Amino acid sequence: MTELSIDGGQRTAVRLAGCATWRDYVDLLKPRVMTLVVFTGFVGLAVAPGGLHPILAATAILCIAIAAGAAGAINMWYDRDIDAVMARTQARPLPRGLIDPSDALGFGIVLTVAAVGLMGLAVNWVAGVLLGLASAFYVFVYTMWLKRRTPQNIVIGGAAGAFPPMIGWAAVTGEVSLASIGLFAIIFLWTPPHFWALGLYRCGEYAKAGVPMMPVVAGERRTKRQMLLYTVLLLPLGLLPYVTGIAGLVYAAGALVLGGLFVVCAVRVWRERGRETGDRAAKQMFGYSIFYLFALFGLMVIDRSNGGFM
Amino acid sequence: MPTQDEGHQEAGRRQRGRNLAILAVLLGFVVLIYLITLVRMGGAE
Repeated sequence: MTELSIDGGQRTAVRLAGCATWRDYVDLLKPRVMTLVVFTGFVGLAVAPGGLHPILAATAILCIAIAAGAAGAINMWYDRDIDAVMARTQARPLPRGLIDPSDALGFGIVLTVAAVGLMGLAVNWVAGVLLGLASAFYVFVYTMWLKRRTPQNIVIGGAAGAFPPMIGWAAVTGEVSLASIGLFAIIFLWTPPHFWALGLYRCGEYAKAGVPMMPVVAGERRTKRQMLLYTVLLLPLGLLPYVTGIAGLVYAAGALVLGGLFVVCAVRVWRERGRETGDRAAKQMFGYSIFYLFALFGLMVIDRSNGGFM
Repeated sequence: MPTQDEGHQEAGRRQRGRNLAILAVLLGFVVLIYLITLVRMGGAE
């Protein structure tokens, strides 16, 4: 739909309501978030015992990517009111009026059904059901139930983002095992400090949008203490892939170093007076948390491809 | 400063872009299903 609008009587602007480009639909899939999801899903698939035909492996990764993106689209549909309030999300296609909300919802639902169905039919139904569960958890439990109600939103809701390596693993093995639950647990414990680091320096925006993130509800000190607790717990948990035999000593050493640096980040955040430093340590911790997950899971693949024999 | 006419042209251009994207996705989907069928039926081994 194209419509002409007069802006203050001075300037004529053409607003293209509901007339998005294909790139706007790609933006609806949260491609940056998808990168991490796809990578951890790929690692689950790569380190799982056994083999999968490359075409089926690529299909499994594609299904994980599409389902994650589709869940993101449904999340944007549901959260379009608060996305319009927060600077971080104001440029998304729905707050800008580029895509009709019902189109975004339909887009998300169709892609979810297609991804889950394709995963089940082409790869196996254990992976398909896990993919469906992850999507449902993200949409119904995190987005619709927890996000606006409790500061524990991303603690529990973080489970949705922890599914991908378990799905990748199930795509190869057709089952859920202790080792894949270990991969799930790593991302589950990584999620709170990752999001709370963001929440610390975006606290005002979350408060304005009425999202009860931990820094908004419990304050900085308690949030920082909890972030430190999670990173300390994550340090030994990062060794689970070594304990369960997925990876070798190279991974274990790397996990200790990476986990130790994550704890150092949390300590720096804990000691920081955010108002004086512009939350520099929190911003650095957020950036490091992304690097941490990429590096940890990357190490798993490298160690595995070397045989993990050390 | 775009006029209403230019706005319609822009809308048409965007619509064409979306249509081409859907065409590419559908073609990709057909190829993928074909390849999956070959693998699942053992033809690719």
